[in-house]
Amino acid sequence: MAVTGAIFVGYVALHMYGNLMAFGGQQTFDTYAHHLRTFGQPMLPYSGLLWVVRLVLVLSLVGHVYAAFKLWSRADSARSTKYAVKKATKATFSSKWMRWGGVALLVFVIWHILQFTTRTVTPGGDSDSPYLRLVNGFSVWWVFLIYVVALFALAMHLRHGIWSACQTLGWTSSVLSARIVNAIAIAIAVIIPLGFVLPPFFILIGVLN
Amino acid sequence: MSDTPQQPAAEPGRAQDGAATASATPAADAAFGPDGPPVHRPGPDGLVDGLYRVGEPIADTAYPGDPIATAWDRAQFESDLVNPANRRKLKVIIVGTGLAGASAGATLGEAGYQVKSFCYQDSPRRAHSIAAQGGINAAKNYKEDGDSVYRLFYDTVKGGDYRSRESNVYRLAEVSANIIDQCVAQGVPFARDYGGLLDNRSFGGVQVSRTFYARGQTGQQLLIGAYQALERQVAAGTVETFTRHEMLELIVVDGKARGIIARDMVTGEIETHLADAVVLASGGYGNVFFLSTNAMGCNVTASWRAYRKGAYFANPCYTQIHPTCIPVSGEHQSKLTLMSESLRNDGRIWVPKRREDVEKDPRDIPEADRDYYLERIYPAFGNLVPRDIASRQAKNMCDEGRGVGPKVGDFRRGVYLDFSDAIARLGLDAVKAKYGNLFDMYARITGEDPYQVPMRIYPAVHYTMGGLWVDYDLQSTIPGMYVIGEANFSDHGANRLGASALMQGLSDGYFVLPNTIRNYLTSGPFEDVADRPEVAEAAEAVRARIEKLLSINGDRSVDSFHRELGHIMWEYCGMERTEEGLTKAISLIRSLRDEFWRNVRVLGENDELNQSLEKAGRVADFLELGELMCIDALHRRESCGGHFRAESQTPEGEALRHDDQFLYVAAWQWGGGVNEPPILHKEDLDYHNIQLKQRSYK
Amino acid sequence: MRFSLKIWRQPSAETKGSFAMYQVDDITGDMSFLEMLDVLNEGLIARGEDPVAFDSDCREGICGACGMMISGQAHGPEVTTTCQLHMRSFTDGDTIVIEPWRANAFPVLKDLVVDRSAFDRIIQAGGYITVNTGAAPEAHSVPVPKPNADRAFDAATCIGCGACVAACPNASGMLFMAAKVTHLGELPQGQPERASRVVKMVNQHDHEGFGGCTNIGECAGACPKEIPLDVISQLNNDMRHAMRHQPS
Repeated sequence: MAVTGAIFVGYVALHMYGNLMAFGGQQTFDTYAHHLRTFGQPMLPYSGLLWVVRLVLVLSLVGHVYAAFKLWSRADSARSTKYAVKKATKATFSSKWMRWGGVALLVFVIWHILQFTTRTVTPGGDSDSPYLRLVNGFSVWWVFLIYVVALFALAMHLRHGIWSACQTLGWTSSVLSARIVNAIAIAIAVIIPLGFVLPPFFILIGVLN
Repeated sequence: MSDTPQQPAAEPGRAQDGAATASATPAADAAFGPDGPPVHRPGPDGLVDGLYRVGEPIADTAYPGDPIATAWDRAQFESDLVNPANRRKLKVIIVGTGLAGASAGATLGEAGYQVKSFCYQDSPRRAHSIAAQGGINAAKNYKEDGDSVYRLFYDTVKGGDYRSRESNVYRLAEVSANIIDQCVAQGVPFARDYGGLLDNRSFGGVQVSRTFYARGQTGQQLLIGAYQALERQVAAGTVETFTRHEMLELIVVDGKARGIIARDMVTGEIETHLADAVVLASGGYGNVFFLSTNAMGCNVTASWRAYRKGAYFANPCYTQIHPTCIPVSGEHQSKLTLMSESLRNDGRIWVPKRREDVEKDPRDIPEADRDYYLERIYPAFGNLVPRDIASRQAKNMCDEGRGVGPKVGDFRRGVYLDFSDAIARLGLDAVKAKYGNLFDMYARITGEDPYQVPMRIYPAVHYTMGGLWVDYDLQSTIPGMYVIGEANFSDHGANRLGASALMQGLSDGYFVLPNTIRNYLTSGPFEDVADRPEVAEAAEAVRARIEKLLSINGDRSVDSFHRELGHIMWEYCGMERTEEGLTKAISLIRSLRDEFWRNVRVLGENDELNQSLEKAGRVADFLELGELMCIDALHRRESCGGHFRAESQTPEGEALRHDDQFLYVAAWQWGGGVNEPPILHKEDLDYHNIQLKQRSYK
Repeated sequence: MRFSLKIWRQPSAETKGSFAMYQVDDITGDMSFLEMLDVLNEGLIARGEDPVAFDSDCREGICGACGMMISGQAHGPEVTTTCQLHMRSFTDGDTIVIEPWRANAFPVLKDLVVDRSAFDRIIQAGGYITVNTGAAPEAHSVPVPKPNADRAFDAATCIGCGACVAACPNASGMLFMAAKVTHLGELPQGQPERASRVVKMVNQHDHEGFGGCTNIGECAGACPKEIPLDVISQLNNDMRHAMRHQPS
């Protein structure tokens, strides 16, 4: 869970960085998208690295989801009679939404791939230019809304996930280290979703087009 | 102590009466004459005072004899060895999993015996040793302040007011150092100094620093250590634990202890467990007072059942009352909580001079109207007088009607322990640093802020020095039955020093019993007794008793009887005892016991988890023990340690011993029936190594 | 004060339970929560009804016997044990919901009494230091740095009450186990078995049917001894180390 989660954290950070290329305009963004595919050529075939990344991500996803559902079902069978009344005292909002938030993220990823990778569903209009696909898509208010909701889920998932991963890896075994990790988790949970939301936001208000 | 107004049978004039007896404190009228207490001899019916018979003297024959310093070495060398292959065939039952029981279970398991360990709690880790706060003494002399085995021995005998057996105490002091080694190796996190070595403090008015501690939770940490050692043996297959099991009878065949009858407290099943030897480590009987610092479940049943089967009960009247407990707040109080005596180092104890002031806010009572009674009566020691004196004087103040705090029943039981001077002198922060956790505990229980309002304290029953009689091998008068820890009588005499209970429990369990029990087990395994009628009879007796309890269906709850018994014990067999009060108590207990067996209400059935039934069996035994305690207290017409007879005190009001008449252990034998008088056997105490002295704290 | 109590009643482990409503009157703020239940039980006995079964022993917050879910919180609204919770923490007229610890590893025996022997078995699996009586070296032969001794002590204050399991959304026993792993792992005496201890204890924990830890922190919030969450990280650290250096 912790290791696969860490891979996702790395991936979303890079993904966010790539998305910010949109502020450089169509050419910068499209070149970046193209370079992702020619990265490592001629040692790697066209899109080679991308497929390696995709493979790693898919395997991580399988591992992550498997572990998540395993924990979920273990928790269910560890308490088959539920409490009539149960109050949480220390649980953060983010930790409480880990499971359903994770499911929401999974659904979003599928939607996101259908929209931008396979181009199966293309609200706002399809295009061969990745930049234009971006602009077309996020000009539609409800696409933006889906995106914002997903980013909120991502923020929550990062907030608890990073803390939890460090705890699981045994890196928070002192009060100080726990405090530092918590601060880092909050910082990442703010920065990454913020980086993601900026391009669509500016598309929606018409600054990027 | 609390009254229960709804109780039908009001005990005749309790509090008022208590006040009347105690207000005669200087006891001039009742005091024994210059020749000491009168000697009471048997009447024509063979009974002394119509209460008991005198039997043959008893002696400890297991002690190898002086010189005391080498006795334990000799005893170990002379004790028989058991072939390791034979140990697997030998079964030992241990009842109780406190410090003594758990450590004995672990050690015997390691040695390879088949051990069955019983406790009434849901886990061995919950035994009441866990609540000990202060620490554990050991003659390590790490402070190089003149401590030694001999000094610990001396302090313990003196602290016990010269009513303990020299040989046992010396051995206790001797093995004390091994206990610390053992516990440290187990991972007990004792307090350490910055160099990483063990820290010590001085405790209980002793002049050397020999007390090892783990903050205020020493008992917990030591017990967890012993518990883990025990669980390790469970995993190794040598020990089998029976939790939520209560011993209800001892099986004696051919005069030897051969097993127990236990009730599974979940299913109600009456189980027979046979063995080659039985060890009782079932703790003290302070709960006979209903309110005490003991746990709710602490009881005398295991010991009492053994007593009824022939084990002698020694010095039952020796109880220790701790002066700094949080007072009773209401009629439904179930339990008293102790606060460390260290509070008396800086706190000043007082009550209002006038009865009219007791309801006032203490902060509004001017200095001139306060009576700092300990400082007044004992100018040299002031608030630091020994436990028994501090306790007794608090009771006297309350009996005079100057007690403070809420009225419980018709009486206020509390005195102020005031830190305002200490806060002014040391500063709030210093007081916080030193006593913060105790103040927090007080605030949690009482809801008052002790930094603002003086605390209220009152004495409470804390420990029982008496217990089943054992010899140097810790064997009772029933061959094959051993008694260790608080359940036996051997080491503390008439008064126990602070931080010595933990020492005794672990000494008995880790080091003494595993060596001495070999003497007995070497002649085992004993013949199979499963088909002997005594075994079935024991189980049948248990069943019959349970059926009887369930069938009475009267209209008083078990707790109401227990409360009333506690009240009688506290008033007449508590901090101060008199001929008149004890005589009255005996008749009150007899009629209460009679009513119990006619009018108790125990609902439910045996074959379920039935907490009322559990309590009923325990209270039934307490009702018999209480009478024996009063008889013992009545017959001992002297004051010693925790036993204070108003008639025997110095002109200053201190305990006055009469060594000429009472330098002995009173070992009581069951008379053969509830209404049969018990038989007193005296074990003379010989002091060869320590000179007897009278203590003084003026 | 006067309270309405909604209490879980279950005659035995095999039978189904349900809630029952009771009223208690004349409760004072100085009564502990358990004394309030004593009053209820005295009333039930007087009416000829079966009293409510619950565990309690020392009633001074150290033995760990007591424990129940009080209106959704393990040991109730204060950070303490049920026996040290006083009625002044409630408001007159409150309805209080009382349930047993809920975890399949802690089966209900009757009413509010649960079987926590799973904890004993976790200790049996490795929660000790192997040293036979009499085999111990002189206590001062191994100094223990004070910070380690203090941390070991903090972890060792666990009373095994089970509130961590009860409060955990996953019904995990991680805090209990981690407290023991940290206690023994901080001390030099605990080093030889450090790796095997954590592996064996975790295996037993999982075998008992406790849930997995997702680092939510409800356990530490409910712990009456305030054992911090960082002990769980310590356990994970020890576990990772043990897996890496596991003898083949």
